[in-house]
Order: sequence, then structure tokens, then C-alpha cells
Amino acid sequence: MRTFLPIAAVLGVLAVVPLVVHSNVTLNFLVVALMIALVGQGWNILGGYGGQYSFGHAAFFGTGAYVTAILQVWYGVNAWFGFAAGIAAGAALGGALGALVFRAGLRGSYFALVTLAFAEVLRIIASVAPVTGAGVGTLIKLELGIWTFQFQSRAAFYWIILALVGLSLVIARLIERSRFGAWLIAVRENEDAARALGVDASAVKSVAMVISAAITAAAGCFYAQYFLFVDSGIAYGTWISVEALLTPIIGGVGTVFGPLLGALVVKTLGEGAKLVAGDAPGLDLIIYGAVLVLVIWIMPRGLIGGLTHVRKMLARREATVVPAGKARHG
Amino acid sequence: MAEPLLAVDKVTCRFGGLLAVNAASLAAQAGQITALIGPNGAGKTTLFSIISGFVMANQGTVHFAGQDVTGEPPHRLARRGIARTFQIVQPFYGLSVRENILVGSHLRHRKRDAALSAADQVGRDVGLGEMLDKPADALTVAGRKRLELARALATEPKVLLLDEVLAGLNPSEIRDIVPVIRDFCRRGITILMIEHVMQAVMSLAAHVFVLAEGRIIAEGTPSKIVADPLVVEAYLGRGAATKLGAQHGR
Repeated sequence: MRTFLPIAAVLGVLAVVPLVVHSNVTLNFLVVALMIALVGQGWNILGGYGGQYSFGHAAFFGTGAYVTAILQVWYGVNAWFGFAAGIAAGAALGGALGALVFRAGLRGSYFALVTLAFAEVLRIIASVAPVTGAGVGTLIKLELGIWTFQFQSRAAFYWIILALVGLSLVIARLIERSRFGAWLIAVRENEDAARALGVDASAVKSVAMVISAAITAAAGCFYAQYFLFVDSGIAYGTWISVEALLTPIIGGVGTVFGPLLGALVVKTLGEGAKLVAGDAPGLDLIIYGAVLVLVIWIMPRGLIGGLTHVRKMLARREATVVPAGKARHG
Repeated sequence: MAEPLLAVDKVTCRFGGLLAVNAASLAAQAGQITALIGPNGAGKTTLFSIISGFVMANQGTVHFAGQDVTGEPPHRLARRGIARTFQIVQPFYGLSVRENILVGSHLRHRKRDAALSAADQVGRDVGLGEMLDKPADALTVAGRKRLELARALATEPKVLLLDEVLAGLNPSEIRDIVPVIRDFCRRGITILMIEHVMQAVMSLAAHVFVLAEGRIIAEGTPSKIVADPLVVEAYLGRGAATKLGAQHGR
């Protein structure tokens, strides 16, 4: 059980926040940050552990959001069921795209470009198709209640997204400790060497893509329920693809807590930049961008990578001091 | 002779206009060490890549344990029990030595604990016991060669293809690693090795195949091979054997 202790501790601390903080603005900020953390964790499974840098995770986020919304609005499906269907649709899309792309042997920048193009195609389709509400978007009718997955209190949404984030942390940890995870990391490090050791690289990457897509789609489903509105620019927009890869890269790729830490830091930075910039239009984005460049420059392996490096350096310093002393006595 | 564990039959491989392997046949007997030697560019590594599924042959077949495995992908061949090392070592640089070997041992052990203890055992067998927690990129060249061996061995292969594991090592490192290879063979792993270090080939191999310009030009026991004028010519140039013979005669 020691494997999951850090996750339990982090979740425990985050779970009491709504009991202490009552400001809706703060809670709203945290809900969005956690939602982005979920998107980032989805990306991290494929990109962080598997080394396949997707530039189009909006495809999965948007599919989750649209399926949840459309099933409710057009087909009168229950919201919880719509939520589950959204996740399933995202996973299916991930499986289909993975089978196509990995079977064709696309790697590196080719993989990145294809995913980017795929998300853009979906965005364009969603902006004209009648079922998505085309340019107008899809509005879910306000109808508070547990059954409709709509809550008056931000705290309820906060705990739901926190539970989802918690689940994604556990999934990441389980992958790290499993054979599948060892193989996925091996594929990231050196695909040919992995294949020589019996790893079916394209199958491993495809499975990772399914898990990754499902997690990111869950965040999309949550978006639809939380904001009750989806349009093509939100659901399939480049912004979410960028958030998906930015948060793990800032936090630490291929680590359990990287996306969560990255999302909290990036979102806080964004808000902080707005405060500093005041009314000057666009200045907050310049500050935001500059700080991000700085972070990646100083800590190329993300915040967690940077912290581990510092800890190791300190440990090494201690280790070299102690034996030297002993040797003198001997 | 008994049916060989691994049999390559008239394999031909072309890269565009280049005929890399030309109707080459060889066989590795179970429980023995078989060596594949030949000048640089003879096509040895290409032949290895065909056997291990990384390169498709244009013609010919590969049989393993009596079954036709021609054209199967590398991961499936690894599951059947064919493991290989790479001439240019390919460690997972970002991982520790133990994690590197773990990838191999997971093939036969699904559970992490079992795979970890198997990995540790293999690590000790090849002499990396002290280095298990070190990152792979902290290893010396000799250490990386050992890691390459350990990973392949961790897949618990029936036949192990060693692509120049001794290249780039100094004489004392070679002396250290030769017994390790002999020990694998003693444990029942069939070995097919590409090697340039003739001293090691002479002491290890029971049977030698010589590849030159894509063709198998000679085969036999090591002592027979070094005396073969065709082999000497392949290495030293046409007419070298008679010139050398004449010098000795004088």
C-alpha cells in the first residue's frame, strides 16, 4: 500500500480545500485547474511514459464533451450515462487513431503532425455539422439535480473532478508498476531494443493511446457538465491540445504528479500574470509565456525532474562527505 | 548430425542495387556455440537482422526448432526464444541497469516482483551485480556490452544471437567476458555469435561459418577454417594464401 500513500496524501489535502475556502472564484479556478490536470494526465500516459508526443489531444477532449452534450440534448440520454458514453467514445477514437497511426509506423514529428491535423479536421467538421449545433454550439439545459449531473455548489463539482484526477493518478501509478508500463517506457527509450526483447511496440502504444484518450475524454465530459456549453472552438480548439502537453512538460513528463503540479502552477501563473499586467491588453500572455520559457530553460525535465535532481545532488554531497571521514579513521 | 535448432536456408537480401546477403545458408546446433565470421561489410549483421526479424529477406527461409519463422516480427521471435544483442549497444539510457534488464525479464514473468528478482539474478550472472541501481548511461563500454547481454539473457532465450559483444573491449575485458558466454552455453543456451576477435572464436566456437560478400564461403571447425586458403584470401586479398604458403615453404 506504500505505493499509493503519496497519492492518498495529496488527495486528502486537496479534498478539504472546499471546507476551508468558500470563495466561488477560487473554487472555480481550482476546478478548471484540476480539469486541465486531468487532460494533462491523459497526455502524460502516452507522451510522458510512451514518448509519443501528441499535438492533438483536443480530439479526445472534444469528443468526450460533444458526446456527453449531444446525447443529452438530442437523445434525452441521462447525463451520467452520457458522461460514461463520452469516455467510451474518446477511448474508441484513441484506439482507432492508434491502430492507424502506429500500424503505419509514424513516429516523432510525423506522429505529432498527424494528431494535430486530426484534431483540426474534427474541429472543422464540428463547426459545420448540424448535430453539433455547427457555429452556434450545443447548450445543455439548466436542470439542477444529482440525476442530471448539475450542481448548485462549486464544491460538488470540485470533489467530482478531484475524484477523477485521483483516479487518473492511481492509473498512472499502476501503469508505472506494471509490465505494460515497463514495456511502454522501453518503447519510449528505444523502440528497436524493446522489440528485440519481445515487446510488441505498436500494440503497447495503441493500448497507451486508448487509456490516454479515455482520461482526456473524461475531462471533456466534465467540461460539458460544468459549463453546460460546448462549441467547436472550445471542444476541438488548439488551446486544449496545448494545455494537454504544456502541463506535464512543466510539471514533469512521465511522472505521476507532473501533470497535477504543472496544471496548478501553469494556471496560477496565468492568473498571476493577469494581476501583474492589469489592463494592458496581451501583456499577461507575454509574462505568462516568458515565465514558461524560463521554467523549461532552467528545468528541462519539469518541476518534478528539477526537484529530484536537486535532492540527488544533496544526497550525493552527503554521501561523499561521510565515507571520506570514515576512511580517515580506518 | 541432429536437426539444427536454428537453420537459415539460402537467404538472399537486397538493399536496392546492393546484394547484402546472397543465398547464404547456415545452421546452429542446439547446445553449441556457432560463430559467424567474415570481413567488414560481408553482410553478417544483415543476416542477423533477418534471423531476428528486423529485416525482411527477399528469398530463403529461417527455421527455428523445426518451424518456419521467416518474416515474423522481432517481438514474436523473442517470444519463441530468439534473443539478440546489437553491435552498436542500445541501452535504455534513461533507466537504471535493473530497469533495463527488467524489460527483458518481464517477457517470461508477468508479475513485477518475479520479474525483478529474475532481473537481479541475470544482472549478477553477467557481473553487473554492483551496478544494478546505477543509471545505464553511467556504465563503461564494457559495462554496456554486459548490459546488452543481460537484457537478452533475461528473456530466457533458447538461442542467443551475439553481434560483436567483444568489439571495442580491451584484452583483459575480453578475458573477463569469455567465461560468461561459455557459461550460458553450458546452461543449455544455443549461441550464434558474430565476432572479429579470432582468439575468442577459436576458444569458444564448435563450428564456424565464414561470410564474404554476402556468401558463405567456408564452414567447419575453427582450426579447419583458419587453414582454409579461401578464408585467408577473403580477409587478406586474392593470392594472399599462395604467397603466404610460398613464404612458409622457403
